[in-house]
Amino acid sequence: MPRRERASAVVASVPATALDGDVAVPARPAHRRHLILFTILGLLLAGAIALFLTWGVDGHWDFALPRRLEQVAALAIVGIAIAVSTVVFQTLTQNRILTPSIMGFDALYVLLATTLVFVLGSATAEAINPLIMFALNAGLMMGAATLLYRWVLGGGERGLYTLILVGVIAGTFFGSLTSYMFRVMNPNEFDTLMDQLFASFNAIDTTLLGLGGALLLIGIVASFRMVPQLDVLALGRERAITLGLEYQRTVTILLVIVAGLVSVSTALVGPITFLGLLVANLAYQLTRTHRHTVNLIAAGLIAVVALILGQALLQHVLHYNGTLSAIINVVGGIYFIGLLIKEARA
Amino acid sequence: MITIDALTKSYGDHVVVRDVTLELPDAGVTSLIGPNGAGKSTLLSMISRILGADAGTVAVEGVDVFKAPSKEVAKKLSILRQDTHMTARITVRELVEFGRFPHSHGRLTDECRAAVASALDFCDLSDLADRPIHELSGGQRQRAYVAMVLAQDTRYVLLDEPLNNLDMVHATELMRLLRDLADNHGKSVVLVLHDINYASVYSDRIIAMRDAAVVQDGTPAEVMTPQALESVYGMAFRVHELDGDRVAAYFR
Repeated sequence: MPRRERASAVVASVPATALDGDVAVPARPAHRRHLILFTILGLLLAGAIALFLTWGVDGHWDFALPRRLEQVAALAIVGIAIAVSTVVFQTLTQNRILTPSIMGFDALYVLLATTLVFVLGSATAEAINPLIMFALNAGLMMGAATLLYRWVLGGGERGLYTLILVGVIAGTFFGSLTSYMFRVMNPNEFDTLMDQLFASFNAIDTTLLGLGGALLLIGIVASFRMVPQLDVLALGRERAITLGLEYQRTVTILLVIVAGLVSVSTALVGPITFLGLLVANLAYQLTRTHRHTVNLIAAGLIAVVALILGQALLQHVLHYNGTLSAIINVVGGIYFIGLLIKEARA
Repeated sequence: MITIDALTKSYGDHVVVRDVTLELPDAGVTSLIGPNGAGKSTLLSMISRILGADAGTVAVEGVDVFKAPSKEVAKKLSILRQDTHMTARITVRELVEFGRFPHSHGRLTDECRAAVASALDFCDLSDLADRPIHELSGGQRQRAYVAMVLAQDTRYVLLDEPLNNLDMVHATELMRLLRDLADNHGKSVVLVLHDINYASVYSDRIIAMRDAAVVQDGTPAEVMTPQALESVYGMAFRVHELDGDRVAAYFR
């Protein structure tokens, strides 16, 4: 803690000398720093995409390029969805440890998708266009998650450890229900489900790219429209209410956005528990600001760069020995435990 | 005028505020005093709609704080709570700019910038404006929060134990600032205080609570008597007249 404060004291001394009047507010040095950060992340992204598209193509461009472009698009959609949903959710819950995945959002999506196939039966589920199936799942998810987590978060007075506990229990509970349904399901239904559900980074469900992309776009626009409210919410529930924020309504809207974004990422590649935690915290450390415009963009860029580079490494260096989600979960899991220990000491 | 009618709040069987009916003036300094757990902070939280009430209403100049749009209320009434942990990493100026949210909705106008500059100036924070708030001392941080409330520019300013953790230099400084707000800027300042002598010296009116109800309500001359204070705190007081102020002694 003392080390961090000393470090930011150095940063803080810069604007103090740069400002001489107290009425005129010139462009703050922080703005320039964020522009530089975005430029660097943008260049990294361009480099990562170029690398991913061209590494080991061996002349079969007409075969490789469309396939790889599709993969890049999917990774970008997943990365942005996870990054934006995590940053929004962390502001909502006033901490930097909980993410939608840790709180069981992904598990709830899988449970709802399973239930839908279970209830409809494999014949009906197969007959329904996968896009409509996804839309149904996402709609259910937005309704159920919003209702459930509205209640879990309560008036915003529950402590961090209570929420983590609830999240772990909810995640396990949804997972157990899902596997119970797997067991009692007939094999045809199970097959349909496997087709639908068990997308991963190595088997991205590309049929959903268009609709997923559209839903992501809506989520991004909605999130950026909520930026003033998010900025105020970061001051804490009480200050936000004092400043005229309709707290309950804002929380509900934000939960709908988070649930929609989680639906997109889970439908495309399945649950990835710790990616959001990693990219959101990395973004906060790089931007050092409370402003959500900056944090949302930075987290999104970092997530996409990390996913594309990770997938390239997995394909060409590790030759598919392992999965990207496993790597992310190992790195992210260690980081999560580190954060918890730090929080416990503070 | 803030009109409080039959306001009640309980947790389980424990009633924290019982059927309080009260009118708070639209000018001057009003202090809420009373022993720990008397319900002062709970009352203030309900008046400022941070906490819902079990029964009763609160109206600020006719606007029902629980039913009216939150932004509407935020233009009339602001509250400064006891310093709670804030995760956001922001500078003093950014914090004070947030005070403009009810008026600007995040987009600062020239009027907002002027209000922010004058709030910073009034709280003597112009030199610290670009320092992150977590680097400030307790007294400076309290002034920063006061500046934010000032930038919000509401007629009613509520403060919950603003002198907590301040030494006497900073406490007196803050009380002078609040008195100045009431006298020269047309604000009605309502605050919860534990130090009854600060309440005596700086208030126009003192409201005392005990066991979830209001037990004394009047000018400092009326409330700062040994009998009245004993009825509030249940212990003996001696009240002295010092340079025109009433000062209570309760140390022995």
